[in-house]
Amino acid sequence: MTWIELAPTVSAAFLASLVECVEAATIVLAVGTVRGWKSAFVGTGLALAALVVLVLALGPALSQLPEQALQLFVGILLLLFGMRWLRKAILRGAGIIPLHDEDAIFKSETANLKLAQTTERWGVDPIAMATAFKGVLLEGVEVAFLVLAVAAGSPALIGPAALGALAAAVLVTIAAVAIHKPLARVPENTLKFAVGVLISAFGIFWTGEGMGIEWPGHDLALIGIAAVLLGAALLGVRLAAAPAQTMEAR
Amino acid sequence: MGTLRAILHEIIGLFVDDGSLALALVVWCALVGLLMLAVSGVTMATAGAALLAGCVAILLVNVVTAARKRRGARAGN
Repeated sequence: MTWIELAPTVSAAFLASLVECVEAATIVLAVGTVRGWKSAFVGTGLALAALVVLVLALGPALSQLPEQALQLFVGILLLLFGMRWLRKAILRGAGIIPLHDEDAIFKSETANLKLAQTTERWGVDPIAMATAFKGVLLEGVEVAFLVLAVAAGSPALIGPAALGALAAAVLVTIAAVAIHKPLARVPENTLKFAVGVLISAFGIFWTGEGMGIEWPGHDLALIGIAAVLLGAALLGVRLAAAPAQTMEAR
Repeated sequence: MGTLRAILHEIIGLFVDDGSLALALVVWCALVGLLMLAVSGVTMATAGAALLAGCVAILLVNVVTAARKRRGARAGN
């Protein structure tokens, strides 16, 4: 396995997981702060267990698909996923839609959790547990999908991709435990921009492979596709922001 | 049931946020695939370039249109 195969796969899994883990950490912190840490940890643990079951069930099922069909299926899903992130990051970068604000999300979550009545069962608050479970499961599903999808071309890449995701989860957990606040300083839009470029590049690459396209330069083409997408995304920010700046100048 | 529906809704939302972007991308991929089947002289490099260029064009048109719509909505308020 060469670095040309490893570097995009591991960095895409790491960066995407970093964004998702920051979002999950905000919810778990809100639950733990307002309703108690035991319920937050039980909900988180159950969600992680559900994710393991999901990956163990889906992983082998995906490997039953013919390679080209799998590449086409995963490629289109990655393309839709990546372009959705890239679109949002471009519009946020251009100032068209507001930036993702972890502090605001934390405040909103804590306000909602304070309103709900406490009804403990076996020392666990069901509302708190369900909130942590849902938050971690939803963000975790995205991580699991990305790990499986970016490694769609070769089962040998699943391990390195999973390690990239695990490294992000460990990093975010350490940071969240250390500062005990939402990780609002993480440059989330820059990360989403980079991840959107990488995931969309994987999407175009695998969709092409699934169609039978033999990319010039093989795996190196992935870097070329990512470079074109990065240039286009930066142009997109300019194009989307341009009329607003012109109007403000007037 | 409500939680399951919310989770399913979120999972679909992972891939489809703006319906027109998702639809345009899927249609473009299908068109390139059909073109490869229908036209025998299409080289791999041309098909790959067409796939990439189409996806980039769809993204740019979508963000510019979305920016105009949002600005128009703000001006209307």
